[in-house]
Parts: sequence; structure tokens; C-alpha cells
Amino acid sequence: MITLKTESKLEALLERGEFVVTAELGPPKSVDAGILDAKIAALQGCVDAVNITDNQTAIVRISSIGTGVYARSHGLEPIIQMTCRDRNRLAIQADLLGAYLHGLRNLLCLTGDHQCFGNHPASKQVYDMDSIQLINMVRDMRDRGVFQNGEEIRAGKKAEMIPPRFYIGAAANPFAEPLEWRVNRLEKKINAGVDFIQTQCIYDMEIFSRWMRTVVERGLHQQVKILAGVTPIRSLGMAKYMKESVAGVVVPDSLLERIGAAENPKEEGLVFCAEQIRSFRAMEGLAGVHIMAIEWEKAVHGIVEAAGLLPRPREEV
Amino acid sequence: MIVAEQKPIHEILAMLPEVEQLLVLGCDTCVTVCLAGGEKEVKLLCGAIRLTNVKIGRVKGMSVERQCDREFLQEIAGEVEASGAVLSLACGAGVQMLAETFPDKIVLPGLNTLFMGSNEGSGYWLERCIGCGDCMLDLTGGICPKTRCSKGLMNGPCGGSQDGKCEVDPENLDCAWNLIYNKLKRVGLLDRLMENRPPRDWSKAHDGGPRSLHREDARL
Repeated sequence: MITLKTESKLEALLERGEFVVTAELGPPKSVDAGILDAKIAALQGCVDAVNITDNQTAIVRISSIGTGVYARSHGLEPIIQMTCRDRNRLAIQADLLGAYLHGLRNLLCLTGDHQCFGNHPASKQVYDMDSIQLINMVRDMRDRGVFQNGEEIRAGKKAEMIPPRFYIGAAANPFAEPLEWRVNRLEKKINAGVDFIQTQCIYDMEIFSRWMRTVVERGLHQQVKILAGVTPIRSLGMAKYMKESVAGVVVPDSLLERIGAAENPKEEGLVFCAEQIRSFRAMEGLAGVHIMAIEWEKAVHGIVEAAGLLPRPREEV
Repeated sequence: MIVAEQKPIHEILAMLPEVEQLLVLGCDTCVTVCLAGGEKEVKLLCGAIRLTNVKIGRVKGMSVERQCDREFLQEIAGEVEASGAVLSLACGAGVQMLAETFPDKIVLPGLNTLFMGSNEGSGYWLERCIGCGDCMLDLTGGICPKTRCSKGLMNGPCGGSQDGKCEVDPENLDCAWNLIYNKLKRVGLLDRLMENRPPRDWSKAHDGGPRSLHREDARL
């Protein structure tokens, strides 16, 4: 019998050894519930949990927690993303208490994209903490029952200590530089208390396999559940953009050639994505896959099906 | 040194009041070195103001050793009193000291104060210190991540580090954590980077309120 740290369904699935599938759900830039409903419908039944982004690329959207509560009421298992860009430690902890109150149990701790990339470049950045410090703070809240300042999480002196118990995730980027430091950085996150990792989107299978081999050699896969990140390519233009303009993403020339030569590049992108997931299933040390179909949630079902990962396991009560 | 640059001339002209005499006051220390507010810049700015239609009788220019020092300001009290307004080409500290020393005078800023930094060669200055009040350069190989990392990370580098550059400005900006990594590797201290650094105590920085320094041992 495995003892679980939290009430997270994602944790339960990972701990019983399922190869899990998570996907990204980007909240809309307005309060258009119809858009949200369509995205939720596209992901129902084909993934085990959904990441709800937090002002992704520094563009204002419905909050991650607000969207998470909504998605949960529609039967999805949300993973709330929390960045350090927009909130100091007071706001982060308060929001986490609120999220927990609403039944949210998974948290992805991120540093956050710089505000210069978004639609409010004149805003003041916060970065009171970074992702590693955030992981550590949330772990201490859960396992030691204390706030960042060391104070116990209880309503009053005689009240019971009732801390939020989040299943803690973080990102890892095997492709950013310095490359030789990237596994160490994963280890730093493990030391800070992370439970699961979702990687940056992978196109270069060679660099990724090398990173993964080092992870396994060092036994880190036994200390953290690693989900390999993928983003389906929709066109040659998108592939080139990812290669040239997105820092920390490596797109090999062979993939550009393959997409360029394809009769239907969009279809080819999906086929490649499913192929990747099949190789991830065979790769030692991976616990699942994370599909970031940017503003293309409806592609997820087909990818998961083509990768042979349907139906999704039922959660045992 | 403190690095500053002159405000656009239209902004300066727009703030000038109608006075009999305007004093343009330079500062001979930091802003002279960074070519923003020394004697030479005072002369040029005086000429530019005279050429415009601004309703000012006389434009007079001079500079003092340090505008952030009351002692040096007292030396030019006569010139200030004879002027209706003073346009200061000092950093923000100098402008404020001037305004406080001469409470009846209109004092205006001619510069935008930018940062504490260094000259990196001809026409190029770089920010190097944010004055956080809690120096950690011993841990980071003499490279300040609070200042030089775009996100001020304590446990970098983030995923936006590529080719040694920061994604915020890959043309001009080095990734501070890449510099730190290389330096610590070079001096054999890379293991220091494996330690997770805790959140900072920002109360020592400006976040704790405007700072002042009192030293008993320095009192006369």
C-alpha cells in the first residue's frame, strides 16, 4: 500500500504506475465561458489532468485558479500553474489557501515569463521568489505546516493546524543552457521538494534522450515523476518560429525537413507528436507525457488515441 | 558610479518656467564621467535653451563638485538666489539636495537617473548594482544576479538562457547566471551552485521603506 502525500488524483495515478497523460488548457482573454467549455470538452476523457496556465507569456487572461475551479466543476483534474512574476510571497500563499479551499490539489511552480513578452510590458515585475524557492515554500506548507515566515498554519493558538497539501510540480528544460547544468538544476528542484516534473516541449529527441539517460544514471527518476512535454507542430512556419524565436526550444533540421516535405504538414505534425509519445513510453525513467497544444486543445484527443493511450484509466476510489 | 542620461530637450523645455534668469547647474562627479551632466553638457544645454522661444531673460551655466553635498551647494548660494529657477544636471540625489538647500527656488531635473554601474567602453554603460542592502557576490562569483538577471533570480539560470544571452534582449544582454556558472566553474566553486538559496530579506532593500544610515562611530 502506497501512502500518498495528498488528495491529488494525479498523484494516485502516478504512484500506482500509470503512464499518465496531462495537457495544457490556456484560459481565454475574456470571460467567454463558451470558449472555456469547448476547451474543457476537448480534453474530457482523454487526459488525466490539465495544466491551467497563469497569465501565460505575460498576457492577462482568466486566472489560473479561477479557471481551475471552473474546470474541476466540469470533472477535470486541474494542475494550477503559479508564477513568481505577478505575486509576492503574501499573495502566493493567500492564493494557494484559496485554491485549496476550492478543491484544487495540484500545483506547478514556475518562475514565469518576463513581462516584456506580454501585453503589459510597462508593468512592475515581482519575482520576490523564484521557482525553486516557491517549491520549497509549498513543500514546507504541506509537510511542516508552516508559512514561508515559519509561522504555523493554524487559525489561532488553540486551533488545529490545517495546512494546504498540494502535489507539487515544476518545469524542467533539458534544452536551455548551460546544457551540462540542466540535470543539476533538476536535482536542485528535487531537493527543494518537487513531486513531479513537466519538461519544456521536446523536438530534439537526441538531446532529450541524453538528458534522460543522465537523469536515470543518477537515479533522479526514482525521486520525482517526470512527464515529457510535447507541442504538436501545425505548420512549417510554426516549426521555424519555435526554432528561431523561442529561447530554450531546440528544433532539429531533420524535423523541419520532414514537415516541409509533407503533403499535409499539420497531419505530419500530429503523426510526429504521437510517434514521440510512443518512444517516451519505451524510454526508461518517464512517468508520462504532457501535451501542450497551444490554442489547439481539440487536437489532444487524436494525439492520445494515435499514441495508443486511450482509454484513460479510471481513478479508483 | 551613478549613470544618468539627459532628458529629451522637448521635455526639458516644457518644464521650464518663465523667469528672468535660469541657472543650469552641472555636477562634476558621476554624471560628468558618464557624459550626461558635466561642464560640457551644461554649455551645450544652455546654448540649446537660448536658441528656443522659451521666455527666459538669461540662461546661465555653471557646475559644482557634487550636488549631493550641501557644503558644495553653499558655495554657489549667491548664483542660485539670483536665479528664478535652477535646472539641475545632477542625479536624483543632487536634484533633491539642491531643492532642499534652497527651499524658495524652483528646482528642475534635466537628467533621468538610470543606475549604479560601470563604463564598458566608448558610449556603453552597464548596470551592476541595485543596492539591495545584502550583498551576496561571494556566492555568485562576483556577478550580481539581483541586478544582472532580468528576473533577479537567486537560483538560476531559467529556461530563457541561450548562447550565453538572456531572452529578454539576446543582442545586448548576457545571461547573468551563465556568467556565474562559467566563473564558478573556472575557479572550482561550482558546487556552490547546488545549494538552494532561500528567499531574500527584501526589508533591507527599498522594499523595507526609504533607507537611511546612522553610524555612531562616524559622528563628530
